[in-house]
Amino acid sequence: MSEKRFVTIDGNEATSVIAHLCNEVMAIYPITPSSGMGELTDAWAAAGRKNLFGTIPHVVEMQSEAGAAGAVHGSLQAGALTSTFTASQGLLLMIPNMFKIAGELTPTVFHVSARSVATHALSIFGDHSDVMACRSTGWAQLAGGSIQEVHDMALIAYASTLESRVPFIHFFDGFRSSHEVNKIQILDENDARAMINPDRVWEHRRRALNPDSPKLRGTAQNPDVFFQAREACNPFYDKVATIVQQQMDKFAQVAGRQYHLFDYVGAADADRVVVVMASGCGVVEEAVEKMTAEGEKVGMIHVRLYRPFDGKAFVDALPKSVKTIAVLDRTKEPGALGEPLYQDVLTALAEYGGPAARVIGGRYGLSSKEFTPAMAVGVFAEMAKAEPRRHFTVGINDDVTHLSVDYDPSYSTEADDVVRAVFFGLGSDGTVGANRNSVKIVGENTPLYAQGYFVYDSKKAGSVTVSHLRFSPRPIKGSYLVSKASFVACHQSIFVEKLDMLSLADEGATFLLNSTFGPDEVWDSLPIETQEQIVKKKLKLYVIDAYEVARQAQMGVRINTVMQTCFFKLADVMPVDEAITHIKEAIQKTYGKKGGGTVVERNFAAVDGALAALHEVKVPNAVTSKFHLHAGTSGNPPAFVKDVLGTMIAYRGDELPVSAMPVDGTFPTATTQYEKRSIALDIPIWDENVCIQCGICSLVCPHAAIRMKAFDTKYAEDGPQEFVCVDWKGKEYPGMKMRIQVAPDDCTGCGVCVNACPAKNREVAKRKAINMEPKLNHLEVERRNYDYFLGIPDMDRSQVKADTIKGSQLLLPLFEYSGACAGCGETPYVKLITQFFGDRMIIGNATGCSSIYGGNLPTTPYCVNAEGQGPSWNNSLFEDAGEFGFGFRLAIDQQIEYAHGLLKKLSSQLGDALVSGLLTNEGRTDEEIAQQRQMVAELKKKLAGVDDPDARHLLASADFLIRRSIWSFGGDGWAYDIGYGGLDHVFASGRDVNILVLDTEVYSNTGGQASKATPRGAVAKFAASGKQGRKKDLGMMAIAYGNVFVGQISLGANPLHAIKTIRAAEAFRGTSLLIAYAHCIGQGINMTTALNLQKEAVACGYWPLYHYDPTDAEQPFHLDCKDPKGSYREFAKQQARFAILERSKPEEANRLEKLAQGDIDWRWEFYSQLASMRYGKNSNGQPADVQEEAKEEVN
Amino acid sequence: MGVNLRTKYLGLSLENPLVVSACPLTQKLDSLRRIEEAGAAAAVLPSLFEEQIEHESAELTKAHEFGTDSFAEALTYFPEQDDYRAGPDSYLEHIEKAKAAVSIPIIASLNGTSEGGWVRYAKLMENAGADALELNIYFIAATLDMTSEEVEARYLDLVSAVKDSVSIPLAVKVGPYFSSMGNMAKRLVGAGADGLVLFNRFLQPDIDLDEMETSPHLELSTRFELLKPLRWIAVLHGRVNASLALTSGLHEAADLAKALAAGADVGMVASVLYTQGIPHISKILGGLTEWMEEKEYDSVEQLRGSMSQENCPDPAAFERGNYMKALVSFTGEAI
Repeated sequence: MSEKRFVTIDGNEATSVIAHLCNEVMAIYPITPSSGMGELTDAWAAAGRKNLFGTIPHVVEMQSEAGAAGAVHGSLQAGALTSTFTASQGLLLMIPNMFKIAGELTPTVFHVSARSVATHALSIFGDHSDVMACRSTGWAQLAGGSIQEVHDMALIAYASTLESRVPFIHFFDGFRSSHEVNKIQILDENDARAMINPDRVWEHRRRALNPDSPKLRGTAQNPDVFFQAREACNPFYDKVATIVQQQMDKFAQVAGRQYHLFDYVGAADADRVVVVMASGCGVVEEAVEKMTAEGEKVGMIHVRLYRPFDGKAFVDALPKSVKTIAVLDRTKEPGALGEPLYQDVLTALAEYGGPAARVIGGRYGLSSKEFTPAMAVGVFAEMAKAEPRRHFTVGINDDVTHLSVDYDPSYSTEADDVVRAVFFGLGSDGTVGANRNSVKIVGENTPLYAQGYFVYDSKKAGSVTVSHLRFSPRPIKGSYLVSKASFVACHQSIFVEKLDMLSLADEGATFLLNSTFGPDEVWDSLPIETQEQIVKKKLKLYVIDAYEVARQAQMGVRINTVMQTCFFKLADVMPVDEAITHIKEAIQKTYGKKGGGTVVERNFAAVDGALAALHEVKVPNAVTSKFHLHAGTSGNPPAFVKDVLGTMIAYRGDELPVSAMPVDGTFPTATTQYEKRSIALDIPIWDENVCIQCGICSLVCPHAAIRMKAFDTKYAEDGPQEFVCVDWKGKEYPGMKMRIQVAPDDCTGCGVCVNACPAKNREVAKRKAINMEPKLNHLEVERRNYDYFLGIPDMDRSQVKADTIKGSQLLLPLFEYSGACAGCGETPYVKLITQFFGDRMIIGNATGCSSIYGGNLPTTPYCVNAEGQGPSWNNSLFEDAGEFGFGFRLAIDQQIEYAHGLLKKLSSQLGDALVSGLLTNEGRTDEEIAQQRQMVAELKKKLAGVDDPDARHLLASADFLIRRSIWSFGGDGWAYDIGYGGLDHVFASGRDVNILVLDTEVYSNTGGQASKATPRGAVAKFAASGKQGRKKDLGMMAIAYGNVFVGQISLGANPLHAIKTIRAAEAFRGTSLLIAYAHCIGQGINMTTALNLQKEAVACGYWPLYHYDPTDAEQPFHLDCKDPKGSYREFAKQQARFAILERSKPEEANRLEKLAQGDIDWRWEFYSQLASMRYGKNSNGQPADVQEEAKEEVN
Repeated sequence: MGVNLRTKYLGLSLENPLVVSACPLTQKLDSLRRIEEAGAAAAVLPSLFEEQIEHESAELTKAHEFGTDSFAEALTYFPEQDDYRAGPDSYLEHIEKAKAAVSIPIIASLNGTSEGGWVRYAKLMENAGADALELNIYFIAATLDMTSEEVEARYLDLVSAVKDSVSIPLAVKVGPYFSSMGNMAKRLVGAGADGLVLFNRFLQPDIDLDEMETSPHLELSTRFELLKPLRWIAVLHGRVNASLALTSGLHEAADLAKALAAGADVGMVASVLYTQGIPHISKILGGLTEWMEEKEYDSVEQLRGSMSQENCPDPAAFERGNYMKALVSFTGEAI
């Protein structure tokens, strides 16, 4: 047994360590929460870290999980030890290959951070619905609970798959285990070597396809033999459980930790036993330990090997005294007699005898729903009833089907000698990073065990983080959030009025508050609820102005190390001086290698300045505050929004009962307006005297938080006193007034609008027509102004010159205040498209950033106009937004055809003029759309009350007679990689679907992995040494079809071109593809000035603007920008994605940069020739189908 | 008999008095080799700018931290690299490579912003093998609250701090904007400067009238600029115990001859190499030799300082600040 070495890592890393040792090839694809495993192994491989066999594993990113599984299958068949990492839909995409791999008895381990499969909604969080969907594939399934177990089971899985030839899923709970940081004893190469039998490895290699000893697999078999052949593998499956137990026993020799297929914990004479697997085990175990200590006869079984399910071993593990068994499943199988583990337990008992116990089954923890010892105790209480529910849920309030068991939320198993800390921070302030570091410091420098888990909200800008830390003299088994904290820290004073942080505080806890108020003033800044809890729970209150300490240390908003130091001072986990030494070591390690002498010094200064600024506050005996916490919705929302979404906004969504939820995942749109987050420190303030009324500010705003309106003079007179307006300057709307208005509570303060504003003040050149100013100086006035502004009617769309920049900005955006990043480069396109077509849009959105800011609860940014019309939206999958949109098209065309038939049939009743108008109006312009709306209204009026089946059908289909605008939205990960096959099929179809690719050139939503859109030389995850190949030319691939409208646009470089191209694409009656340059955090850029970069991208030829219009017979391909000038290098060096390589591998960066410049030159030459060539003389310049349509139109 | 061009600068024995000053040409090994071939006696590497290093390091840190730990799916955006050649690493590597590539002395140049930074990087440069160090100090006291004494103290503290930390010779390159340049030069030498390089040229902000924005501007030097350092070299020669280097405006052999005559130990070139090419170095040296032969100078040592303020026939010329009528003397010195 090798010497114990402890490390503090998360479940993904604990798994990756083993996977990296035991594999030669890893084919991967990013999906939350498993991405970290692929990223780590890729980074280790890039750094030359070797496996057990002395080679550096090949880590290869594929275009999808299906692709990864195919590559794994191939690699296994060619004799390499091969693995992958995945979750959820990703695992489901691998299922076809998994059947093959198992059918061919091929040893491999897939590591799965188990995650909910999307049903009524997507969820990135954890449950077992994905692994349960693989039960029939023939794979063994081995579950890890604690991080130590996750680590250990990974190695046991490799040893077992090689011995048994049956492939293994090694799974653990997504987020709760994949992202929990815990102190574990790490296995090393020697341990792995002791477990992996080289003979089995050689046998695997010998089974590989080899032309020197040819063989064939993958035959097609017929009814005569398929069945028998399928049964031929039985002996292998019969041995798996025994082999796994043997490997567990061997592991005990190697590592000193003994596991069994089923491990029983609890009273030897227990009458109630809970059966559970993965991270829920530690939770139940805590409850069992406390209950048995109190004399209760309870127990639990850890299920480790779930497949093959060894019924005998299970029965043997049960105490004979058991009377009631509750099986907890972390999945839901609607329509089944019970969930899978429950059914397996019943079958085992039926087949293998065992005690005559009553078995009940319950669901818990779907989508990482909290599962606590209190809930486990609730289950035991249910089991003790004379007639417990046969099927139940725990952890929610099911007031519809009444399945949920009751429990006492105040029940706790927390021991007094365990430090339990929660920290409320902002994503941007470094709180999580510092806490992760604290866990590491304690875990690796003291005998204490340490656990860290981090909760994030659903927003990308201004997101709230909550860190849950435990430090204990014993291993920490329970994976659940801290609810009785001995230490609560509020890292941002803005939370004080919004979040009920102290509900998590235990009696006598310490509350550390970062506030600009000093120790004598801070009490009065606290709301009633907070003061009440401080007094009632006898909390010790400390205050520090960490902003000031950070400011003095020139650390900006990064208050993390200041607060971290104070935590160590107050929490009594280790001597503070020792902690400070370790904090500084971590600072040196993190920043030192980046050359940051000053960064290191500043961090040191922040640490050194912390304690002097920390003050204990004398807490009065009574509550003196006059104000309450405010959380929830703002304004005057509908009841559902207020009661349901409002509860979620207030971070109390866990309290909502089942009855509050829509039954099919349908939610109202236009709800972000009720979630006033007010996260900006500075907001743009309009200077009407400088403004040239160009509308650029409104166009580029990612959050629709600055808007332009033109209106009748009467509205200027009736407004609030400060509601300044000026005359409309253009000739289009004589006599009208206009105003630029900020939405002060919705602005994120990104400054993109001010950067883009072209109008400069003549007296003070640094001032523009809008200027960022402190929000608090303007908040009340601008709130009044914005309220009034919203009430002014929008202009008649038919009067607006929509194909101009300022005209477009007079149209109401039907996408507003999303949770996208401050300065997001995607959302301005989305918003602009809704301004043009939002009132008649249906959007199929690929999973990714745009589906998250578009559809992540609690509130949704797609909204409605005064008539209640607006985009209707759905997210199907990551890979199928093209097909999804195509499906919309098919249905709508069918409905239109049906309605047309009925119109003709009923023409005598409806009147020829109306019918003919509806049949001939194609809705190509806003005017035609307005006419269609008018006619449909008239039609509905005529049909109302007509007692005729055709009339009723036509009434139901009437809305389809207004031309609908069908869109598929998604990012480059979708369009270039996982969704390309489907997209290609839509191109080929020629059907009227508009496709918007928000091209950030990287997988943005999953944290910066390379896609085929990633340019040569850019550093990204899975391309740590710089992307080697050049970017795929998606536009040209679509153009090759001839009949697809293609536009490559950049709002920052040429907004007018973007506007005209978007409108032309939508008007085109076939498939349209828009590829939009979308800057992104993932590019490592200054988000405020990113639009300038877009200009440079176009100017240097990196991002040529063009459009290909199949209807233009003379010359369909148009290059819409000037010849490149300036160098690509100048453009690239402003972006970290390229600059990182220059700092880490300068020679390689230089090589790739030259190649990238070559790509640009080559492409420009190619495009130039395309733009100047004459298209086919014989074909009249157009593809045949476009000609045919043109003829039909003429006819 | 040939002319002896040998000179000493910062205690380094040089083949001739022409040194290539800090400029991008000395950044490339290939051009460094050509500089040596053309006959330059030493080369000053481009300045390592502490501000730039710190900025880049801060940016690198920011790029790795920006947007992280905010959203559950994207806790980071960039892969951590094993190693970064951030900070002074690539500069230090260049010193080593330059030393290996050429045999002429290599002078490293440093522009710092913090005392800690100056000392830290100076030591690193010494360790990397630089033959001497040139501190390129410029500080624009744009605040109206800082007195000239404070500015001067800052310069002096810096020089003395660096001097204390390295053992290789130390040159100090400054601008001319001191109320008492001579006194300042003397104090710089007192603080530890082994040599003075006169003068550095600042980047000057220009105004872009189209965009109404500032745009940084640095033109190549012109020969006219020679006169300013020429004056101060002449004034300082023989009065400060330090090497003197003239830089700015030295384009032709005659300019070098003037520099030497004024009292410089070496003259430095850069701008002219951009317009005339690196081989121009040999033209200057050839021209200097020719002129010295013509004027029958045996050596640079003989020429050096022959026209310094002390030694020239009209010392007042170096103190005169403006044109005025010639001061005519109507009487002789002794009646």
